[in-house]
Order: sequence, then structure tokens, then C-alpha cells
Amino acid sequence: MSLDQLYQQIILDHAKVRHGSGLAEAEVPEGASCGQSHQLNPVCGDEVTLRVAVKDGTVSQISWDGAGCSISMASASVLSDMAEGMTVEELKSVIGTFREVLRSRGKIAADPEILGDAAAFEGVARYAARVKCAMISWVAAEDALTQAS
Amino acid sequence: MSSNGTKEFVLALVTTPATLAHAAADLDNAEVLRIRNDFPALQQTVNGQPLVYLDSGATSQNPISVMEAEQEFYEQRNAAVHRGAHHLAVEATDAFEDARQTIADFMSAGYEETVWTSNATEGLNLVSYALSNAALWAAQGRGDERLRALAVGPGDEIVVTEMEHHANLIPWQELAFRTGATLRYIPVDESGSLLMDEAARIVGPKTKVLAFTHASNVLGTINPVAELVALARGAGALAVLDACQSAPHLPLDVKALDVDFAVFSGHKMLAPTGIGVLYGKQELLDVLPPFLTGGSMITTVTMERAEYLPAPQRFEAGTQRISQAVALAAAANYLNETGLDRIHRWEAHLGQRMVTGLQQIPGIRVLGPAAGQDRIGLAAFDVDGVHAHDVGQFLDSRGIAVRVGHHCAQPLHRRFGLTATTRASAYLYNTTADVDAFLDAVSGVRSYFRV
Repeated sequence: MSLDQLYQQIILDHAKVRHGSGLAEAEVPEGASCGQSHQLNPVCGDEVTLRVAVKDGTVSQISWDGAGCSISMASASVLSDMAEGMTVEELKSVIGTFREVLRSRGKIAADPEILGDAAAFEGVARYAARVKCAMISWVAAEDALTQAS
Repeated sequence: MSSNGTKEFVLALVTTPATLAHAAADLDNAEVLRIRNDFPALQQTVNGQPLVYLDSGATSQNPISVMEAEQEFYEQRNAAVHRGAHHLAVEATDAFEDARQTIADFMSAGYEETVWTSNATEGLNLVSYALSNAALWAAQGRGDERLRALAVGPGDEIVVTEMEHHANLIPWQELAFRTGATLRYIPVDESGSLLMDEAARIVGPKTKVLAFTHASNVLGTINPVAELVALARGAGALAVLDACQSAPHLPLDVKALDVDFAVFSGHKMLAPTGIGVLYGKQELLDVLPPFLTGGSMITTVTMERAEYLPAPQRFEAGTQRISQAVALAAAANYLNETGLDRIHRWEAHLGQRMVTGLQQIPGIRVLGPAAGQDRIGLAAFDVDGVHAHDVGQFLDSRGIAVRVGHHCAQPLHRRFGLTATTRASAYLYNTTADVDAFLDAVSGVRSYFRV
């Protein structure tokens, strides 16, 4: 497995643009209920604080602050792009699928139909030490969703 | 002629005068390549590339002689030590105690002053818990005035430094918590040296303990032990030395340094995991209350109370790490035979090569002393725009093993405005080609990650 399969172009791009980054600047949509979660990986210091706004059963906004490696920052960015507009149940289901792929040690292929850009993180599954990097914002989203709904 | 009529030839043993013994030459790449043959783990390829192991600051590889010593113990002598009168028990006890003598000699300590622990962390916890136990004992009238003098309590101060590994920080935080003492620290300057003026201001009559590392596992700085010990002496404080990054790499003489306690770990000095060493001055060890209690450390036991053996057994409760101790002695022998002076000079050379090379790569910021200044054979650095984990992953794809993260020194990283760095650390089995391969790889990191 080559390094390029881990660091796919889409990951390197998202690590730079960081969609959804900036908690303070993001105005919570009116009438939405919010949940917020802070996750820390003590091993490497990756840190994400992520807020989910839910309105009428639909994710209306995801915003986050974080610091960490390119995998963790890119996965938060991809998640932000994907999640907005999904129903709570859809997002929970996608998070479950994402976790299943990442924990499979490469045995389960990522389906781009379901995971969209997040399928690019498939390669991470072969690097056990990096799975938590890819998961950190998704775990935060799961926790925040529980609080918001 | 001997009594049975045959002629005996006796080989005369002549000691070579010291002036005629030729000094061993400095290590060079050719010698290091011979040394590498003793280390099977270094012979492998990683990701299709020859392994370049630059993570010995975290854990070192083991030479065959060390692995054979441990195996030989289990094949020939395995038994419980200090109990049982059978042959194997005697053999095991001899091997275990011979190992202790080897390690005592290795650090120029006395036999009774050499205590086995699982690792350096346990050694530091042992000292810190013994000191709070001293307060408990003193409060209940147990022990004599020598013990009361060691008790740590409210109003007392414990001093550490800003560059400590968590293992030499958290046990002291918790000692302060348990006893009501105050924890203070000596800050480091921008170049990674301790601010000695501050140290002289901070260490004073209230100081009971001054705990500091011999060499920083992040900065590579070698601390002025003599000056720090002088400060501790002036304050009547105990001097505790973390020798994890020095004992494996340079000659360690705890008597010359005049520290009260010193700790190090076997796995960083060619030995297996699970074995470490605590040095303590005998007059202190014999007075301090034990940390762990149980079998093998007692004289008489009733249903109500127990009396304890003097050091070192006083601090060695329960079944000991016997094969690991035997293996650690084999490792010390390996280091002695190679010569710690030579190892230190070679690693200093590699450390300078690392820093000089890193400073020439755009976007790299090396922590600690600049090129040309003293440092041990390691370098931790930040790559502008690339997280340390990504740096480590990139180097791993080239077969280069380094450490990434905070290296168990979060406060020190915070001091330099960082959460994580990449660290390369060399040992006696690294060549200049290893360092050059590492530098070449680092120079490609930022372009790979498009920064």
C-alpha cells in the first residue's frame, strides 16, 4: 500500500480548505437545536470541538474548531460538506458505515454511493494508528447529534 | 616439575601498564556497521526499504548477547530468587545478584544502593511515595529523626524543571497533592537551556526535593548537574536525577554527580522492557519507608505488623524481574565493552549532523540547542504546515522510524507553542548514512503535503 493511497488528493485538499471550520463565526440557524462535543486523542493531541445544529429532523449546520494531522482535519471538513441536509437518521447511519469501513483493517471497501468523498479515507483503515485521526470528528458528530435530538 | 613428574607450563600473567594500553579509536561508520550485525531487528526492511531506526530515545533494539542472556537464564537457571535451597534457586539468585553488582558498577554505585524497578517511572513513583509515606510515619511516631527530616509536608516545596518527561513531573504533582507541599518549576529559555538564575531564585530553604533530567528527551540539552546538585545541597534538598536519556548514552557516575537518587530504564539501553534501576544513597534508602510491601522485603511479620529489610530488598516486594535483570546486566556489559565515552562522542556527532542538516531545510524549526552547541544524539523539530503525525507517516513510507507527538512532555511543547513534534534519536548502531537518509526524507515532506 503506497502513501498516496493514504493521502489521496481529496484528503490533502480538504486538510487545507477545512470546510465548516470556525465555531465562533458560524451563526446557529434560527430555531435549530444544538449539540456540541469536544474530542481529544491523547496519543497525538488531535483535538476537535464540533457543533451540530438540527432543525425539523435535518442537520442544518456543522461547524467545528480543531487542531491535528491532515487526516483528522480533512475528515472533519468532508463530514461538514456531507452532513448538512441529511436527516439525523441518515447521518447516524453514514457515521456507522464510516466506522465499519475504518475498523475493517481494509477488508471492507468504502462505497462512494453511500460515503461520498469520505470514501477517500478507505486507505486509512490499513493504518491502525491513524484510524482514530479519521474518526475523531465523526465521533464528535455522533455525540453532538445525541445531544441535539 | 610437579609431584607426578610431568612438566608444568605456567603462562605468566603480566598486566599491561596503563601507559601502554592503546585507547580505543572513536567509533566510525565501519565499526558501527560491525555493531549492527549484533542487532537482528535492524536487519529488516520496512515498506520495501531498509529499516532506518531513529527511535532509540523511545526504545532501543537488543543485541543478540542480551537476548541470549535472557534465554540462557530460562533454559539453565530459572527459579525463584532469595528462597529455596535447591540448586536452581541458588543459580538464579546468583545470576540476579551478580546482575545487580554489574549495574552498580555500571553507574559507580554501591551494591546495596542499586534497586530493581520495572522502569524509571516506577523508580520515581517509588521515591515520591516513600517521601509521603515518610510524612505518614513521622506523624504517627514511626521511625527516627532521620526519617522525620525526609518527611514532605505543607509549606515544603518540590522543584522540577519545565523540560521534564511526564514521568518526572506527575509523581511530584501527586506528592504535592498528598502532602500539601507546593510544586514549582525551573523554566527553560528559547534555546532549551534551564534558566539557572531562576533556578537559584526558586531553590531555597523550603525546597525538599529538586528533581531534574540529566538530558532532555525532546531538546537534547544536557543539564548542568553539578550546578543543580549544588543548589539542592545549599537548600538541604534531595537531588533526584532522571537518567533515562543519559545512562544509555554517556558515562554515568552517580557518586561523582553526588545525586541522592537516580533512575533509568533498561529498554532504552539495549535491554528488554520491564526492568529499570533506582539508585539511592544507602543512608537514605535504609531510612525511607517502603513503597510496595509484601513478600521478600521483611524481617519478621506478625498478624499486626512487619519489620522491613534494609535496601535494596526493602524496595523489592514480591517476585522480581529476574530474567530481565540478567539481560540488563548483559546490556550494560555490551555498552561497557563498546565504551560509553566512544558511544557518547559518536552520538554527539550524529546529533550535530541531524541539527545542521535540519536547519538547512526550509520550514523546519529544531527545538533545543542550535548546531554547534552541545546536545545528545537526538533532534525534535516542527515542520511548518505539516502535522508531526503526517511527517512520521511520510518517513515510515521510506522505512525511517521516528517518534511523533509530545514525547510525554506536553508542558515543554506548550512552552514552545506546539502540541507535537517529530523526533529522531540515534544510538550506537546508527550510521551517518541513517542520518542522511532521514534528512533527505525530511526535505521532501513539505512538497509532498503541498505546503
